[in-house]
Order: sequence, then structure tokens, then C-alpha cells
Amino acid sequence: MKIIRRKKMACNSASCESGCYKDDERPVAANGNASNPRRGGVNVPGVCLKCKINQTIAVTHPAVAGSAGEGGRFCADCFRSNLLGKFRFAVTSNAMISPSDNILVAFSGGSASRVALQFVHEMQQKAQKNFDASRERERVLPVFGVGVAYIDETTMCAEASSEFGEAANEVELIVSNLTPPTKQFLAIPTESIYSPELAVGRDSLKRLGDVVRDLTGKEDLNKHLRMLSLQKAAFDNGYNKIVLGTCTSRIACHVLEATVKGQGFSLAADIQYVDARWKVPVVLPLRDCLSEELNMLCSLDSLKTVEASQQPRAGINGLISSFVKLLQEENPSRESTIVRTAGKLTPFSFNKTPEVDDPNERLATKRRQKKYNLKPDKSQPPESFCLVCSSPLKKSNTSGLNGLALEETSAVIYAAACSSCQYQILPKDTSSMEHFLSLLPQSITTLAKDSSDSHMFLREQIQDLLLSDSDDGT
Amino acid sequence: MASEAAAETAAKPRGGRLCTICNTKRAALKRPKTLEQICKDCFYAVLEDEIHRVIVDNHIFKRGERVAIGASGGKDSTVLAYVMSELNRRHDYGLDLFLLSVDEGITGYRDDSLETVKRNEIQYGIPLKVVSYKDLYGWTMDEIVKLIGLKNNCTFCGVFRRQALDRGASLLKVDKIVTGHNADDIAETVLLNILRGDIARLSRCIYSPNAYRGFAREFIKDLERIRPRAILDIIKSGEDFRIATHTKMPEQGNCERCGYISSQKWCKACVLLDGLNRGLPKQGIGRTRGLDAERNKDSRETNGTQSLQSKQCGSLDF
Repeated sequence: MKIIRRKKMACNSASCESGCYKDDERPVAANGNASNPRRGGVNVPGVCLKCKINQTIAVTHPAVAGSAGEGGRFCADCFRSNLLGKFRFAVTSNAMISPSDNILVAFSGGSASRVALQFVHEMQQKAQKNFDASRERERVLPVFGVGVAYIDETTMCAEASSEFGEAANEVELIVSNLTPPTKQFLAIPTESIYSPELAVGRDSLKRLGDVVRDLTGKEDLNKHLRMLSLQKAAFDNGYNKIVLGTCTSRIACHVLEATVKGQGFSLAADIQYVDARWKVPVVLPLRDCLSEELNMLCSLDSLKTVEASQQPRAGINGLISSFVKLLQEENPSRESTIVRTAGKLTPFSFNKTPEVDDPNERLATKRRQKKYNLKPDKSQPPESFCLVCSSPLKKSNTSGLNGLALEETSAVIYAAACSSCQYQILPKDTSSMEHFLSLLPQSITTLAKDSSDSHMFLREQIQDLLLSDSDDGT
Repeated sequence: MASEAAAETAAKPRGGRLCTICNTKRAALKRPKTLEQICKDCFYAVLEDEIHRVIVDNHIFKRGERVAIGASGGKDSTVLAYVMSELNRRHDYGLDLFLLSVDEGITGYRDDSLETVKRNEIQYGIPLKVVSYKDLYGWTMDEIVKLIGLKNNCTFCGVFRRQALDRGASLLKVDKIVTGHNADDIAETVLLNILRGDIARLSRCIYSPNAYRGFAREFIKDLERIRPRAILDIIKSGEDFRIATHTKMPEQGNCERCGYISSQKWCKACVLLDGLNRGLPKQGIGRTRGLDAERNKDSRETNGTQSLQSKQCGSLDF
């Protein structure tokens, strides 16, 4: 039997030829034969690596095991507790959920957000039990509230409208079964960001789809609008945090997407556990879980998912999805490596849970930071964010204006967007820009107006690039 | 006036659109970077001008400098040789140009490319100097492969070639080396460093041959087909990544054995060579375990006796 030692325990000598894994590019052993370096010795194939008692998933649930090594390494219980452990670590070290919070879980119907919903529900149940048990005592921690949001994209993809209707019903059913405690269910149509003018909103959304030519730009714009509708729903319904089921695999794709779109500066903002740049902070408790693991858990525990709304990604995003899938198949630790590398980029000042005024909480925060070795952030908040996608903007942002035919207001809007949105979403000339702006929800255009009023320096910077009325254009 | 303008725009040469830059000649190609349709002459002009701008804006050269052009015989270095000699002449940079070629000692491999470089020498009037692995290290690639097989030979070749360029340039008392690395190469490197987990390298590009490049290269080609500017966007991202200044970057020192620049006690080439000379082909292959690993290993092995297979390595003094 071949003894394969993991990277940490490989011998020191670089000239050793016993086949030690020194390179993290070598795939992690996927056949359950790996020995646990901490305990030494070799494992019996088919027996869980961790508890050494139960049979691995590959043995008890061969249909579910899939190609990942996880199926051959852990038993169902240890696998579940491993995932739950990652969730708990993320939540605790980042103080994601406090007793006084009202959390909105975004559930797309997919397996990742289904697991997020499940874990949050179990956590809430436990808090509720503790609350019920200790009602006699005076000081008792309140139970945090949980609501579930489902974004209905019927307007944005007219072809599948009936499918979406059904999907929303199935999702609502799933949520209604997650009691006690009861959870509010919000079905949010994307046009809600235009409320109260919903009919106008539906029309505007459809037209936006036509105005934005670039396929990738279209997809990304939809993604930004989804977040805006989530933000609005959370704020309007009294939630103070949003939980997303974003997992390692999704983040790995995002790292590459941002890189190839020239968004290297803002990338660090999108991939942390906490993103508090928004009105309602967004947290990612499943950041350390692979999509494959989350799929497996849903199968193992028969967690119901709704697949209707999953659309294949097109353009650049689709290319990257396939690329990462290919890499992951070739090396099962690839997604984690990508996220780990990107995780070394410096986060922004808003990438931590906002501090509460309560002095007790502040003390708890200091203790938590010390325990998890988190550095207190000394960075300045960025001056501005992209009008369209809310990415933090680097100082000099006007280079993309060269060669465009824009009069003043449009140029100011243009300069208030990141270079990626400038290229793939915003129109390139004044009349199209005016039309485009008329189709955006007021929440964005008022932002634009505010920024154009207060950013005089922006005007000065672009003065040279603006065309005067007498010019004919390029 | 108006009628002339009208006549100009109305009269199109038969069989095609006009070049968008000069508006006179027929467009011969679509420029990959900008998708502009331009004629041959404007293409040359725009390419040469952009390179000239980069040289001037970044103050790359000083008058009178001796500049070695890394010449492999491939398309990139051939274009580089042509452009350098042309711009040097046209804009009077006042540079002393040389072609520097590396001979790895792989039978049948370099022969054609070396012929190309010799042709370049004649065509562009730039003197050529060839440095061989045999001269520099005492080993040809053929000899190395005979000892270590076909598995890790790429590591040897890459390290040696990178250093060969430097060492050759030093022999020639050169002030600057120019290489033909293009945007695709840089983008590829940025991508690879993300995939492989090398945060320190994200901002410092290091060229090394790697099977992974195949994957990344393929992806970049597909990406370019969808959006040509994505290649430049990758480079922009690489420059914009927020990397903390305290990120552990390797300290730059000098190799104790030969004086070459090195972050470790011994430079990579010396480590590899030492391995070859002692008949330890795996020495220096794979990841080192931190800064001290090299030191520990070296001190352990200097106590041993000379291996029967050791060879006299060439003069490495830098």
C-alpha cells in the first residue's frame, strides 16, 4: 500500500525521492487511502478518516459521493459536522449573527443558499430552545429573526415566466416547512427597485436588456440589479443583515471574472466574509465551502432545492465557469487555492462587521479580533463607488473618456463608473446615455445627481475631454 | 471645398473599406487590440509609435547605453530586433544595440532559430553574441537530460536560460536587456500566479516554463475572441491588486557561490548545478520549505565527499 503524506508532513530534504507531496499542485488523495498526518498510521479504506468508526459516504451513499475526495474520506456525520464547522467558524469569527439581528437569507433555490438557509435555521432553532428553557431567569438573550428572500426574475427572462412562478411557489413551500420559528417569506420581483412604478419598472428593465449590447455586461447588470432589489427589500422590511450562500467555487469564478475585466483594485471588496459597503451589510457564512460539498450535503440530507431558475452563464462569465470547472476536475484543490491567493489581497475598511454602539459589544469585538488574529483596520474608506456596480473606485478614473462623444452631464456619469462598467454597460455617446439613464431606477440616478453635484474635482478633471457645442463629434 | 470632401468620402476603392486612420488606402486588416480596420502602413506606424511612446514615457533608456536584445529567433524577438533598430535610428535614441542569443545545447532544437538570429544580425545590422549553457554552466541540456530524464528538465532549462541572458549580458558589459515579452505573456503570468497561489509574484512577473501555461494560454485565446481588450484588462488588474507592502517579499541578496542576485544563500542555478555535479538530480526541484531550508540542506551536504559523477562547472563568477 502506498503511503501518501500530506504536504505539511513531507520530509524536509528536497532530494528525497519517496514521492512525498511537496507541491500543492498535486491532487489531494481521493481514494480514502490517505493517512491522517496528525494521528499517524494508515487508514482502512472505506472507513471515515475522522471518527474511524463509520463507513465513508462512498460506501454508504455511493450515488451521492460523486467525484470529490470528500465522499471517500468522511462518513456522513463527520462530513456534515465539517461543513457546519466551517459555517460556525465564519459566523463566530466575524460576528455575523447577533441576538438582536434581523437576518434576511437570500435563497435562490440552489443548493448553496439552501444549505445557508438550513444552517441559519438550525442556529435559530437552537437559540429559540435556549430562550424557551431559560425564560425563568432575568437576563436572557433574544432570538435573532430570520426572513427569506427569493428574487423573481420573470421580467428579465420572459421565456421562462411560467417556470419562475412555479419555482417561487416551491421555494415558499420549503420556507414554510422550516419552522419553528416562523420565517417571513419575501418574493421580490426585480422591478421592485422601481417601486412604486412597477409597470414602468417592468418596461424599463426589458428595454435595458436591449440597450446594453455586451452579453457579459447584460449579465453583470442583472446581477447588480438583483443586489439592489435585495437591498431594498431588506431595508423596507426591517432587516439589518443579508446572508448570501456564496461559496468558495463561486468566489473563485468571481476572482477570475474581476481580473479579466480590469477590476483588480476592487476585487478584495467582494470576496471577504463581510461586505458592509451596502445600506444592509451582506455576509457570506459559506465562503469556505466548495459547491461540490454543498451539493453533496443537500443530497445526503434530502434538502429540497429548486433548480428551475438556474441559467447557464454566457459570455466571459460562462467561459470562466467552464475554465474553473476544468481546473477543478484536474486538481480538486484549485478553487480553494484561487480563493486563498485572492484572500491575501488587502480588504477595504467596509469589509468587517460594523461596530455597534454598545460598550459590551465593543469589548466582545476586541476579544474576537484577538482570538481569531484579525488585524484592526487602519485604512481610509474609499472616496467613491461605481454608480452601477458599487465597486470602490480608484482615484484616477477618467482615462476611459478619451475619444468619446459626451457632453457634460453624461461625461460626469461616465466618470462616476468603474472602467469595467464604462466599457461593458454604459453607452458610448450622449443620446444613448440619456436614454440609458432614463431607464435606470431612481435610486441610481439620484446617486448620480448627488455625485455630480458634490464632485467638482471630477468636472475639472474632465474639462479637457469634453466636446464643446460647436464640435461635430469624433 | 464641400464637393471635394463629398467626392473623397464617396469614392471608395473597389473591393473594400478605407483605413480608419489615413482614410486613403484600403483597409488590409482588423487590429486585434482595438478592432480598428486599418491599412498595412498605418498598422506598422501605429505599432511602432505605441512602442516608441512606451519607451519615451517610461524613460526606459539613456543616451549611449549598451542594450542587449534577447533574441530567440522567434516572432517576438525578431519583431523586437527590428523595432529597436528602427526606432533607435528614426528617433536617434543613441543606443548601442546587440543581439543576445542563448544556446541550450539541445541537438536539433536551436539550429533553425539560431539561423534566424544570424539572419537578423545581417538584416538589421545588430552584432550577435551567442552564449551557451556549456560555456556558462559546463552542461548542455542534452547532457542534463541524460542524467535526470525528461521529468524536471524544464525547471533546469528555464532557470538556466533566465540566468544565461543575465550572465551573457554581463559578459558583454551591457547596461540593459530588452525582451520580447508581450501582453499575452504578462496576462498569462498574472493568471497563473492567481491559480497557483503566489501572492508575492502577482506584482513581480517571473517567467518560467510550466505545463499549466497550456491551460492558461488556451483560456486567454478564448477570452481574446470574446473580448480582445480583456488581455490588457488582466494586466491592469495585476497592477491594481491591493497587495500590502508588508507582504512577505523575498529579500534580495547575492548568491554566495557566484555573486548572482538571489533571495536565498545560493542562487537557483548554483543549487541545480551543485545537484548535477553531485549526481543528485532532484536537488532544487520542487518547493523549498522557507528561507532556511536551503541553508540547512547546504550545510548538511558540504561535509560529504565529492561524487564520482561530478563535473567541472564553467566559470560562474559574476
